[in-house]
Amino acid sequence: MRSPVDHLVIAPILLPLAVGAFMLLLGERRRRIKMALSLGTVAALLVISMALVAIANTPVGDRWSSLIVYPLGNWPPPFGIVLVADRLSALMLLVTSILGCAALVFSLARWHRAGPRFYTLFLFLLTGLNGAFLTGDLFNLFVFFEILLAASYGLVLHGSGTARVRAGLHYIPINLVASSLFLVGVSLIYGVTGTLNMADVGRMVPALSSPSLVLFEIGAGILGVAFLVKAGMWPLSFWLPTTYAAASTPVAAMFAIMTKVGVYVILRLFLLAFGEEAGAAAGFGAEWLYFGGLATIVFGAIGVLASQSLQRLGGYSVLVSSGTLLAAIGTGNSAVISGALFYLVVSTLAICAYFLLVELVERGRQAGADVLAVSQEVFGDPDDEIEDEEDEVGVAIPATIAMLGGAFVACTVLLAGLPPLSGFIAKFAMLSALLNEAGSIKPDDWAFVILLMLSGFITLVAMSRSGIRALWVPSGDEIPRVRAIEILPIGALLFICVGLTILGGPAMRYMEATAQVLYWPQVYAQDVLGTGAPVRVPSEAAP
Amino acid sequence: MEIVLSLGIGILAASGVWLVLRPRTFQVIIGLSLISYAVNLFIFSMGRVTLDAPPILAPGGIGDPTKMADPLPQALVLTAIVIGFAMTALFLVVLLAARGRTGTDHVDGREAE
Repeated sequence: MRSPVDHLVIAPILLPLAVGAFMLLLGERRRRIKMALSLGTVAALLVISMALVAIANTPVGDRWSSLIVYPLGNWPPPFGIVLVADRLSALMLLVTSILGCAALVFSLARWHRAGPRFYTLFLFLLTGLNGAFLTGDLFNLFVFFEILLAASYGLVLHGSGTARVRAGLHYIPINLVASSLFLVGVSLIYGVTGTLNMADVGRMVPALSSPSLVLFEIGAGILGVAFLVKAGMWPLSFWLPTTYAAASTPVAAMFAIMTKVGVYVILRLFLLAFGEEAGAAAGFGAEWLYFGGLATIVFGAIGVLASQSLQRLGGYSVLVSSGTLLAAIGTGNSAVISGALFYLVVSTLAICAYFLLVELVERGRQAGADVLAVSQEVFGDPDDEIEDEEDEVGVAIPATIAMLGGAFVACTVLLAGLPPLSGFIAKFAMLSALLNEAGSIKPDDWAFVILLMLSGFITLVAMSRSGIRALWVPSGDEIPRVRAIEILPIGALLFICVGLTILGGPAMRYMEATAQVLYWPQVYAQDVLGTGAPVRVPSEAAP
Repeated sequence: MEIVLSLGIGILAASGVWLVLRPRTFQVIIGLSLISYAVNLFIFSMGRVTLDAPPILAPGGIGDPTKMADPLPQALVLTAIVIGFAMTALFLVVLLAARGRTGTDHVDGREAE
């Protein structure tokens, strides 16, 4: 019998999908019900993902981790589609739901009224993200990618306005072409290996010989390009800063996780198919990831330095972050990857907080407010007028500027990786892993070490400069009116980052265990396919 | 047979890529459609090209895999067609919105200098 706990794995997909679909039936005017429903959903997602992290982190017997394999429709893998919740998936789910909570609470202040069907699109985006993190099947991954992309197309245009439509005009075709590449890659891999289950593909790779291996590598390369477009690797990333800068605030904050989906899939598939046990194919594409990641850091750092607006600076910080992650994956060193996982969590939370913060800082400068006003004119309902009035008055928190400034400093410290906060721990973990490797350092690794420090320094310079311009220079602007509901999510995100500093030890151990498991793809394959050691696959799943 | 199929996929993909790189939104959307046709045919051909073979087993008994088309790519193509159709429709809406807002059908939202 399947234990009831196993059903938790499907909940992060079904819950937002069902609630989001139900909310389509409610009219645009019934905002309070929708607000309550979506808040309840994201809160439930947060609890579920915490539970999944706890389960994945509990060792079973002498085994490293207890991953839950959930065969959909009870067909035994590899014939049926499976969902797999292991440490990495659970971690990504948790980060997603934290971001979801923060962005949704922030949007309740005003952004949710800037366009139709915001809640439904938002929940569908969460459905797609959770599904992409949980699925153990390549084609299913494509389907979840399309769900999250379709929702993101809608969300990019949320709030309307010419800048957003223009950004969407680039964002959508690029992702459609990337999806085509995705399909070509998946079908090539299916043509060679005859399976779509990720664990099964990983098990097949060492057995492939010359002609099929070449075809497999071509398929994996094409698939990789599709994910690198999403992750924003250098030559494929020109769409990213414009889109993120144009998107409305809560959407941009939520998009902080979107590039990480690409990074997640690359991390998982690369180590599964081309890890050390892959025989002739071991390490395929590692140099591309490594040098591509370095180029992305350089491009992102130059962009950070050159940005005029705070939103674009955030977009380029996203690039620096994904470049660092890609280069870390390219090193193929499990200690570096465990540091990189820590960095992933911290940088995602910090960038999310930054995007939310930027709007509040900009509000006092009367920039970008016109777009919001126009869209509210178009989409606002007559019965909103009373609410609007309250809204515009807002509650002027005393010492607003001090709070915004403090949060901005915290974001800067986190993104630059300076000592007091957890950004430093993440960078330190990566650097010490790079420098301690068997006494000698490869010349290639020096490039990463130098770029890691340099990008932190550049982020510090650029963010201090724009912070001074935005917060300190007396320009005669009024003090931004900030509501408590808007500052709350930012505070919570930064609080989590501080918490990660204090609980750095346990968190780092979790990341190390995650990275170790990733390096044993054959064990993962056995666990998923149930041909080896005891796994928690329900017995009724046997054919 | 194989050469006809591969030529077809190649021509569709090449025309699609050329059109996607053109500056008008309408050309881009036709290009995306052509690319998705090419991709669908490609997925289909990855189940190997078989003639006069149904993708189902004869009732009662284990079928002969050599007398049977691979059903999985057909299911994949079906999914890909549906998703591709939905995305084309969605992009069409964005395209019209962009035309209305910017007054031009250039992909950058403004005419090249």
